[in-house]
Amino acid sequence: MAKTLYDKIWDAHIVSQVGADTLLYIDRHLIHEVTTPQAFAGLNDKGRKVRCPEKTVATMDHSISTRSLALDACGPANQLQLQTLLQNCEDHGITLYPVGHQKQGIIHVMAPELGAIQPGHTVVCGDSHTATHGAFGALAFGIGTSEVEHVFATQTLRQSKAKNLKVEVTGKLPIGVTAKDIILAIIGELGHAGATGYVIEYCGDTIAALSMEERMTICNMSIEGGAKAGLVAPDQTTYDYIKGREKAPSAADWDAAVAYWDTLFSDSDAHFDRTVTLQAKDIKPQVTWGTNPGQVIGVDDLIPAPTDFSDPITRESAIKALKYMDLTPGQKLSDLDVSHVFIGSCTNSRIQDLRAAASVAKRGHVANHVTAIIVPGSAAVKLQAEQEGLDKVFLDAGFEWRLPGCSMCLGMNDDLLKEGDRCASTSNRNFEGRQGRGARTHLVSPAMAAAAAINGKFTDVRQFEEQ
Amino acid sequence: MQPITVHTGTMVPLDTANIDTDQIIPKQFLTGVTRQGYGKHLFHDWRYLDQHEQVLNPEFNLNKPEYAGASVLITRENFGCGSSREHAPWALMDFGIQVIIATSFADIFYGNAINNSMLPIRLASNEMDQLFAVLAQDNNASVTIDLSVQSVVCGELEFSFDIAPHHKNNLIKGLDAIGQTLEHADAIATYEQQLASWQ
Repeated sequence: MAKTLYDKIWDAHIVSQVGADTLLYIDRHLIHEVTTPQAFAGLNDKGRKVRCPEKTVATMDHSISTRSLALDACGPANQLQLQTLLQNCEDHGITLYPVGHQKQGIIHVMAPELGAIQPGHTVVCGDSHTATHGAFGALAFGIGTSEVEHVFATQTLRQSKAKNLKVEVTGKLPIGVTAKDIILAIIGELGHAGATGYVIEYCGDTIAALSMEERMTICNMSIEGGAKAGLVAPDQTTYDYIKGREKAPSAADWDAAVAYWDTLFSDSDAHFDRTVTLQAKDIKPQVTWGTNPGQVIGVDDLIPAPTDFSDPITRESAIKALKYMDLTPGQKLSDLDVSHVFIGSCTNSRIQDLRAAASVAKRGHVANHVTAIIVPGSAAVKLQAEQEGLDKVFLDAGFEWRLPGCSMCLGMNDDLLKEGDRCASTSNRNFEGRQGRGARTHLVSPAMAAAAAINGKFTDVRQFEEQ
Repeated sequence: MQPITVHTGTMVPLDTANIDTDQIIPKQFLTGVTRQGYGKHLFHDWRYLDQHEQVLNPEFNLNKPEYAGASVLITRENFGCGSSREHAPWALMDFGIQVIIATSFADIFYGNAINNSMLPIRLASNEMDQLFAVLAQDNNASVTIDLSVQSVVCGELEFSFDIAPHHKNNLIKGLDAIGQTLEHADAIATYEQQLASWQ
């Protein structure tokens, strides 16, 4: 029977059927400080052990400072959480990449850099942006802390199968339009909950032409459309990224691995429950205007009116969002001042993102009323950027150059906005209060964020590109 | 896990779609290392007028005297979207919420609720409209959820809901999911033996 990529990975991980459910084997368990302490405590209470510490990758990313490597830099509660992770990893034999380690970083940036994520893997993490790793053709999804404990103890999860959704993007991307714009446009099309109950496979020649960094940006935000996971079929781009990395299959095993990976694609006659198609030429640089990622428009579109939405619940959401965001229907984004710019997060903090931002940053200087910070996704990204001189480009242009971590994407450290601040952010969520109580977040690509920093207001990056 | 079969309680309405877990429990309260004590911070930004949680927002339903003691939250589509934080069901339960009835839930939140013996119930949009209407007439309207027959009864209204058989079974019996899976330890070991070393 013809199978989708999702079907193939699913079938390859069935340990047993339990009633209507499947006990699914988990190949990689990624962990960080925020969603694991209670799972380790549960394990310890029952005298259980971590079944496969060697399949578990740990780092510190959420609760850490981007100005200091000290664990106590963000106060005693954050410090306790970080020390708890240190102790738990030591007790259970898990390799931890702590703050200051040359391979530390946001879990969804550093784990691929290690070569820990391979096509055909199942990957979980107590973090909804685990979907990122679908870029490798791995079935990757976020779980809660009770499930983290379950994976620790059993290396499996009980799951019911999701439906298959194909999202096809075809054609050449216009200048100034990036992977971030593609995924925001897709979420705009699907709606904030439109993919709930589905695993998305992103395909089409536009997706196939993307780098691994770009594919990670796309898969990362699958959860913002409600999807369980997002996938891109592995190809030579994937193999070239993985080869030679620390945890990649060694020389002797490489050919066997590639032979398996080459089987990981959706059969031409495989059944998808739903298909959505976008033309790359129709996608503009995107900016969210509301308080969920589905409330998004092209940079030259006008802020919508509630009456534009026929569904009463969507209309109510729009009224509430416009009020929170202090926006008026019909307003132009280019008239909207920003006070802050954040370039970072597991969505957009990889080397290619920083190169895109730097190419815009070097054309000007951060506007006087704007605070702009650049937070590389990992120590490796930071080092690479510094070797390329990007740090100097940013610093000369008036951006702050920080240490790696999740930072202002959610502000579990001191990188927080104040009430009324308006931020152009390369992160993944524009929820109320996400970056600080009463603060307003607009999601954009790295190039769009850099352009907003320089002009002090939202700017169509295509104007920069055409100069 | 606490077994749950029948629950009767009063309701509190949050008539908004897409309530995300950042709203349910904001990030500054995620630094804990235990499962307790999150109820005080539930819906922090909406519930309090100040950062220090000294001044209650009288406009927010959870603060209104007519909804005091409610154990059933009724809301709209995509409840619990966003972050996977299990602190969200921990905070709701610590506050006293036992059942959430909504048009739909985000996947991760739904699983997290079940894993904490909090019952997430999906009803059709028009059924939710009727529940909201009853509550608008009578703040004290009580609702009874019977998991064994999968019913929601509120005065004259009676609705049925779907739930996966294993979720139902785990909730009714209060089963430990890890303990159940460990009964399959042999199958897990057999699976691991056929994996290539590079996998």
